[in-house]
Amino acid sequence: MIKIVKRDQPSRAIFFFTPVLAIFLTLVAGGLIFFILGFKPFEALKFFFIVPIADKYGFSELLLKATPLCLIAIGLSFCFKSNNWNIGAEGQLTFGAIVSGGVALLFYEQEGFYILPIVILAGAIGGMLYASIPAILKTYFNTNEILVSLMLVYVSKLILDYLVVGPWSNPEGFNFPETRQFSDSAKLPLLFEGLRIHAGIFLALAAVVISWFVFYKTYLGFQMKVSGFSLKTAKYAGYKGKKMIILVFLISGACAGLAGVGEITGPIGQLHREISPDYGFTAIIVAFLGRLHPVGIIFASLVVAITYLGAETAQIFMQIPKYTGQVFQGMILFFLLASDYLLFFKIKFIGLKK
Amino acid sequence: MIIDINFIGLIIASIMASAVPLILASCGELITERSGVLNLGVEGMMIIGAISGFALMTVTGSLIIAIFGAMLAGVLISTIFAFLTQTLITNHVATGLALTIFGIGISAMIGKNFVGIPGKEFPVLFENLKDTIPLIGPILFGHSIVFYFAFALPFMTNYFLKKTKIGLIVRAVGDSPVSASNQGIKVRLVRYLCILYGGAMSGLAGAYLSMIYTPQWIENMTGGRGWIALALVVFSTWNPIKILIGAMIFGGLTIIQFHMQAIGVRIPVQFLTALPYIVTIIVLVVISRDSRKIRLSTPSSLGKSFHKDN
Repeated sequence: MIKIVKRDQPSRAIFFFTPVLAIFLTLVAGGLIFFILGFKPFEALKFFFIVPIADKYGFSELLLKATPLCLIAIGLSFCFKSNNWNIGAEGQLTFGAIVSGGVALLFYEQEGFYILPIVILAGAIGGMLYASIPAILKTYFNTNEILVSLMLVYVSKLILDYLVVGPWSNPEGFNFPETRQFSDSAKLPLLFEGLRIHAGIFLALAAVVISWFVFYKTYLGFQMKVSGFSLKTAKYAGYKGKKMIILVFLISGACAGLAGVGEITGPIGQLHREISPDYGFTAIIVAFLGRLHPVGIIFASLVVAITYLGAETAQIFMQIPKYTGQVFQGMILFFLLASDYLLFFKIKFIGLKK
Repeated sequence: MIIDINFIGLIIASIMASAVPLILASCGELITERSGVLNLGVEGMMIIGAISGFALMTVTGSLIIAIFGAMLAGVLISTIFAFLTQTLITNHVATGLALTIFGIGISAMIGKNFVGIPGKEFPVLFENLKDTIPLIGPILFGHSIVFYFAFALPFMTNYFLKKTKIGLIVRAVGDSPVSASNQGIKVRLVRYLCILYGGAMSGLAGAYLSMIYTPQWIENMTGGRGWIALALVVFSTWNPIKILIGAMIFGGLTIIQFHMQAIGVRIPVQFLTALPYIVTIIVLVVISRDSRKIRLSTPSSLGKSFHKDN
C-alpha cells in the first residue's frame, strides 16, 4: 500500500534533486511523443540532445543560446524571489535591443573604443525603462504586473517592426525589413575564429556573480527572500515594499535589455524583425529549473538551450517540426512543478512484503 | 458622403464576430477564477482548440465532431493544469505559463500537416432574414450557431452564478474555501470541474477562430487573444455582463484598424495593431486604481492553493 505523508520540513536534498528528475521525466515523455509520431524514440532523442553539441561548433552554439537565457533568468530570479511576476522579459529584451540598436546606428561607419560601452549601456537602460512601466503601474496604480508586462511584449515587437520597416530601414536595403549593419566598433568581439560565440557571455557570467553576491550577502537579498515568503512579514518588518518592487523590475529589465544587446551586437549585427526566438519566455522556465539560484541557472540555461539546438537539428535530419523545442520546454516546467510535490510530501510504501 | 446604413450594420456585425472568441474564453476563465483558480493557460488551451477543431474538420469532414472535439481537447489539456494545481498543489501562475508554452508547441507540431489547407464553409442561421430589416438585419441574422451561443453565454453565466445552487457553491469555494470545505463541499472537485469548463470554452473559442472566423490553420493564430481574454476578466471585475461590453470594445479596436487602413488614414499599421494591447493596459490601470473595489470583487482565494491539511 502507498501512503502519502506530509513532511515536517521541505526537504533540501529533494529541492536540488527534483530539477534532475524533471529533466529525466521530460526525456521519457519526449521519447514517448516521438514514438507516437512514428519516429524511433532513441534515435530522435539522440538527434535532439546529443548530435547538436557533439562538435566544437555545436558547443559554441550551445553557449551562444545559453547566454541570453542565463542573463534573463538571472534578472527574473530577482523578481520571482520577491513575488513579482514579471513575465514580459521578451518585451524588455526587444525594447533594450531597439534602444541600443538606435544608438549603434548613430555611430554608423564610425570607429572608437567608446562606442560599444555606450551601446551596451543604452540596451540596459532601454530594458530598465520598459520594465519600469509594469513596476510603476503595480506600485502606484495597483495594476496586475503579469498582464501589463505581457501586453507590452506585443507592443515592443510592433515598435520594432515599425522601425525596421519604416524610419530605420536600410536605405540601400531593397526594402528588406532590416536596418544597416552596425559598425565593427559597435559589435561584441568574437571569442574564437570561425565560431559565433561572443563576448556577451562575460555579461552573463558577471550577472551570475553579482546576483549571487546580492542574494546571499546583502540586506537587499534578505529582504527579497522575506517578501517572497510572506508579504505580510515584510510589511511588518518595515521594508519599503514599493522601492523594492521597482528595483527588482529594473534589475530584471536591465538583464533582459543586455540579452537583447548581446543578440543584435553579437550574432545578428543589425536590427530586424526576429531578434529573439522567445528567449524572454523560455528564460522563465530556466529561472524555475535553476531554482532561482545563480549556479542552478547556469546549468538550467545550458539544458534549455539544447532544446533550441535540438529542435533545429531534428528538423533538418528527421523533419521533426522545430516547435518540438517548445513542447520540451513546457514539459520540463510541468514535470518540475509536479515533482515539487516531493518537497512537501513523502511517499511511503507500507506493507510491501512478499 | 452618403453612408449606407447597411454598411454600418455590417461593421457592427464584424465587430461582434471578432468579439466572439474573447467572450467565450473570458466567460470560461471567469468561472475558473470565481472558484479561486487563476489559469494563465488560456492562450495555450485556445490554440489547442483551434488546431483540434480544424484538424478534426479536415479529417472527419464533420463540423459537429470538430466543434465538440475542440472543446474536448480544451478539457483534456486543462486536465493537466487541474491535476498539477489541485492534486499536486503547484503554483497557478507558473503552471499556467507552462500550459501556454506547451500548447503553442503541441499545436504547431500537430498543425504541421494542416498548413495551407482551405477550410470549410460553416453554416449560418437566418441568412434569408438578413436583408429584411435595414441596419438591424445584418447585425442579428446570418451568423453561425457559435456566434449566437457566445452572445447568450454572459447572460447564462450571470444567471448560473447568481441564481443557481451550483453557482453559489462555485462562488463559495472561490471566496472562502475553508468554510466551504467545512460545509461538506468538495473544494478540489469543484475547482477541477471549473478548470475543465474553462478549458472547454477556450477550446471552443479556438475552434471558432480556425473554423469560422478565418477558416484555416496558421501557426500561433490566436495571436495573444487568450491573454486579452484574461485581461477582460479583470476588466469585468468578475461580472459576466461586463465581459460582453469589454469584448465589444476590443473587437471594435480590431475592426476599426482594418477600416482606417482602408480609408487611408495615415497612421502606421503597427500602431493600430498595438492599440488593443495599449488600451488593455490603460483600462487595467483605470480599473485597478480603486484598490478597494478590486478587492471587493476579486474572488478572495484567487490563485491560492487549497489543501485539506492547511
